[in-house]
Amino acid sequence: MWALLWKDVLLELRTKERLSSLFVLALLIILVFVFALGPEQARRPEIGAGVLWVTLLFAGMLSLQRGFLIEQERGCLFGLLLTPIDAGTLFIAKFLGNVLFLTIVEAIVTPITLLLLGSSWSPLLLLLAAVELLGIIGFSALGTLFAAIAVRTRAREVLLPVMLLPLLVPLLMASVKVTSALLAGEAWPEAWLRVLLAFDVIFVVTGWLIFGQVMQE
Amino acid sequence: MTGWIIEAENLRKTFAWTPVLQDVSCQIGAGEIVSIFGPNGAGKTTFLRLLATLLQPSGGTLRLFGHSPTDAATRRRLGFLGHDSFLYPDLTAEENLTFYGQAYQLKNAQARIDAILTEVGLQQWRKTPVRIFSRGMEQRLSLARALLHDPELLLFDEPYTGLDTRGVATLQTVLATAKERGKTVVLTTHDFALGLEISSKAFILHRGRIIWESTGHVPPAQEFGELYHSRTQSPGSQTLDPRP
Repeated sequence: MWALLWKDVLLELRTKERLSSLFVLALLIILVFVFALGPEQARRPEIGAGVLWVTLLFAGMLSLQRGFLIEQERGCLFGLLLTPIDAGTLFIAKFLGNVLFLTIVEAIVTPITLLLLGSSWSPLLLLLAAVELLGIIGFSALGTLFAAIAVRTRAREVLLPVMLLPLLVPLLMASVKVTSALLAGEAWPEAWLRVLLAFDVIFVVTGWLIFGQVMQE
Repeated sequence: MTGWIIEAENLRKTFAWTPVLQDVSCQIGAGEIVSIFGPNGAGKTTFLRLLATLLQPSGGTLRLFGHSPTDAATRRRLGFLGHDSFLYPDLTAEENLTFYGQAYQLKNAQARIDAILTEVGLQQWRKTPVRIFSRGMEQRLSLARALLHDPELLLFDEPYTGLDTRGVATLQTVLATAKERGKTVVLTTHDFALGLEISSKAFILHRGRIIWESTGHVPPAQEFGELYHSRTQSPGSQTLDPRP
């Protein structure tokens, strides 16, 4: 598994295609929101939460597609399937790669977003990192599963969001609600946090269990 | 256990309701080198991909090494060289082989990589990214990838494609060595002379069926060429639709 993950990291260090495109997209989305919203609107916690998660959603889609496109070039996905690597291990490696790249992007993009939106500082904002990580885990687990299906189709750019977005609704609702509460300086709503945790556990385990079936023709 | 390395019985494969392989049956034993000839779209690549476990049969049965070919232990015994190189263009030759060495959990991987790069004549290009390799060099590195874990069954799909005379000589040496070491090789090719030179058995696959199989010895290339053309160019013998 670590060899697979290291290979993805090495390819990114070599090309810098994935992270650079994610940064550019994320910053563009944030700037559009900053220019579109007035200063009063921008400071509202629910708006800040929306901007953060819309940014992560689009950057995440791009990251998922890039993650599997590198396996598609020169048929490398077949090369992986030929090896004795277990499909579950392949899933975990691709999932962790996506979590890693999205976490790097969010670690830089989140402070910039909060700064540009004029959010007021609160120690509770430190908990935002944990919420974002939980959101990234759930998104990457489900996304890795569907990206593996979509990448082998001609309409992959359309198919991935069409398949993925409806199933992401519970995750996005929970993430936005918890983020919004933290931005408002309130304690995080436990019910939504449980939804977030349950989503992560369900789709990491499901992905690990069924990835072998997904990868079959 | 029957002693056969490959046993296919009434093997069928259909893509989107188009039959590509129909009732293919064959048995291939240890140490045999089998060449499969056939026009474009005859089903050669599909057959090899089925043998490599990259595709699931639509019908019939396939056994590799006496077992149903679904487990990791069977995949470890296969080496596949296909139309795609399965190499990462932005990694160097050595990094690609190191990655596959880790995937196959090779012991003494570095020594094996050194030896295999020398064998395919790419030792001096080991630190070069695959993206700048020529087609022939990439094919040679792909050959190294397929041989890296010392598989017992080699499946080569049109392996001579893109190779220069030196590359062809290297490949023939690899095949001769495999034969000496008792490995089983199944290859597809359009080159009668090269394919028959090293083969102990030959098939003609046409319209998804094996229409001819050598018995005893393989015929000389010229004789085989006449046979091939008479069997595959009869009226109405157009090939099936190509793979999707």
